[in-house]
Amino acid sequence: MKIVVLVKEVPDTWGERFLNLETGLADRHASARVIDEIVERGLEFAISWAAKNPGTEVIALSIAPIEATTNIRKALAMGADRGVLVSDEVLVGADITLTAQVLAAALTHTGYDLIVAGDQTTDGAGGVIPAALAELLDLPLLSRLAAIDVTGGKVRATHISERVTLSLSSSLPAIVSVTERFPDPRLPNFKGIVSAKNKPLEILSVADLGATIDVLESPRAILTDVEAKPPRVAGRKEVEDADSGKRLADFLRQNQLA
Amino acid sequence: MATDNILVLLEVTPDGHLAKSSAGLLGVAAGLGRAVALIVGSRDAAERLSKSASELGAAQVLLADDDSTSFVTPSVDAMECAFQASNPNAVIAGHSAYGRDVLARFAVRMGLAINVDAVDVTRDDQGIVAHHAAYGGTYNVTSAVTFGAPVITLRAGVANARAAAQPTVAENLVVPSSGRRSAVIDASEVSDAPVTSRPDLRGADRVISGGRGLGSAEGFSLVEQLADALGAAVGASRAAVDAGYVAQSSQVGQTGVQISPQLYIALGISGAIQHKAGMQTSKTIIAINKDETAPIFDVADYGVVGDVFTVVPKLLDALAAADS
Ligand SMILES: Cc1cc2nc3c(=O)[nH]c(=O)nc-3n(C[C@H](O)[C@H](O)[C@H](O)COP(=O)(O)OP(=O)(O)OC[C@H]3O[C@@H](n4cnc5c(N)ncnc54)[C@H](O)[C@@H]3O)c2cc1C
Ligand SMILES: Cc1cc2nc3c(=O)[nH]c(=O)nc-3n(C[C@H](O)[C@H](O)[C@H](O)COP(=O)(O)OP(=O)(O)OC[C@H]3O[C@@H](n4cnc5c(N)ncnc54)[C@H](O)[C@@H]3O)c2cc1C
Repeated sequence: MKIVVLVKEVPDTWGERFLNLETGLADRHASARVIDEIVERGLEFAISWAAKNPGTEVIALSIAPIEATTNIRKALAMGADRGVLVSDEVLVGADITLTAQVLAAALTHTGYDLIVAGDQTTDGAGGVIPAALAELLDLPLLSRLAAIDVTGGKVRATHISERVTLSLSSSLPAIVSVTERFPDPRLPNFKGIVSAKNKPLEILSVADLGATIDVLESPRAILTDVEAKPPRVAGRKEVEDADSGKRLADFLRQNQLA
Repeated sequence: MATDNILVLLEVTPDGHLAKSSAGLLGVAAGLGRAVALIVGSRDAAERLSKSASELGAAQVLLADDDSTSFVTPSVDAMECAFQASNPNAVIAGHSAYGRDVLARFAVRMGLAINVDAVDVTRDDQGIVAHHAAYGGTYNVTSAVTFGAPVITLRAGVANARAAAQPTVAENLVVPSSGRRSAVIDASEVSDAPVTSRPDLRGADRVISGGRGLGSAEGFSLVEQLADALGAAVGASRAAVDAGYVAQSSQVGQTGVQISPQLYIALGISGAIQHKAGMQTSKTIIAINKDETAPIFDVADYGVVGDVFTVVPKLLDALAAADS
């Protein structure tokens, strides 16, 4: 059984995040880069499933600049068996459909029984890559999962949306996307960090994938304008006293908010 | 043949009505061209659903039968058919779980580019452009596609435009199945059934949110009391959701909903950067927190350093006194 976890590197949400005002691209050097937390939950699921099911291989697959090897090593230290990084100049500023095309080619290269993605990233926040891959690879999609059970070549899972909870099932191969309802990820331990150094990490270009990717022949999404908003400034602040409630009520009324 | 059509995928709720997002989606579409709505729903409700869509501004309604056992793919097949029938300039759906799954599969199937999580869609001399609030609203970004019809998902609750009612022009589509593999829906259960008359968090004018500082589900009822006194929606921090005080659909922030109400009151919320990403573009922000160094005060127009369990009851009294 082969589980491929799609690992996206994002600017750390704990810091300030920057967009380059000229190119409209995420400013990779201005903020620390980390594995998106939602992906770590996906890794946690894959690694703990593999521990209970001997003979499972967990592959961490990412499209990112070459510096992302550090984060892939972290996925290996958590317990993934090997890493695959697709890194290529032509993918700088890749839009969603191009990213999905290259991920699909890379997945065909690695092979898969189960593909695990995050529901939505904390940077692009598209929440569309998993469905795009389902279409490109003709796979059943089980998206926005709160829980999952993979037994006997079958996936049973709980999908949550704004208004409905669905029980979904499919056979393998399939693609799933996980939500914050999944358990917290483990931290890599010392043994994991040491063994990660010897685990295989393959670095590939688009040409290595043997895929013909038409960057310009298909329609692409482009940013036409980027503008930073002025930061908010703090207003009045007071310490609670007997009249705080009354003053707040007055403030709301004066501003037509009550 | 060139048309002026904008194809809008409307969402049907589990109880068989058009989702609240429909009015805004049709409002935006009508501002760009002739709004053509696609509804994938049960045949029995078709007449009622088409009437609702035309009241909200759909110049034409395309109906496709719902196959309630396959997940997502029947709607994608219907989109493909509706796209061919309407030859639109743009395709729009909500940035909801349903809208994202359907439009993503549709876009790659048709070889079209996609603009996600737009807060508005307008037209300039080059064509249709989508506007986004990136990184928690700290950047305004405009995007477009190089060619072809843009496929756009619109954030819930942000569109204020409303279209004039249209006469009902409805047509049933005969949708050939693509035969694409899909998961099977074994059971469905309506979550978050609206038990109160409170407004929806997405799109609400006023929002009262509670955090870990409320201490328990019982303590959290203070948030609900203030929300009801102000006719506001209820929101929460991720810590309050994780602690089980309130449902996940109430989570405001980076990985919850991003909102910009007229009024946002944060009770017992520290103001972690991921929480601020969901609310810092609100018009007026009030924060009550007993820690004077809590970062929520950095974005608050009015901050009270104090205990929510004493300040809020007094605020409720003062509001009630003013009403009587
Ligand atoms: C502020 C901003 C706005 C953007 N808007 C658009 C837009 O409107 N249209 C557009 O086409 N592009 C847009 N992009 C570019 C887009 O974010 C990237 O193409 C990105 O690689 C995929 O989109 P996402 O982050 O939204 O992914 P999502 O669909 O949210 O990702 C879901 C999951 O897919 C997997 N995944 C996603 N990307 C990768 C990756 N590179 N490697 C491995 N796994 C991955 C992960 O498991 C992830 O959790 C935008 C980028 C930014 C920073
Ligand atoms: C990738 C990622 C995504 C995330 N996404 C989100 C998100 O979408 N939304 C979100 O909210 N968080 C998100 N978080 C979590 C975020 O980092 C914080 O952990 C969370 O917002 C904290 O919630 P809180 O403010 O309720 O709790 P705390 O930080 O514990 O704050 C509780 C506050 O209550 C105050 N308090 C306690 N008792 C009282 C009292 N009686 N009266 C007044 N004040 C009192 C305390 O002083 C404290 O400031 C995310 C984190 C990560 C890493």
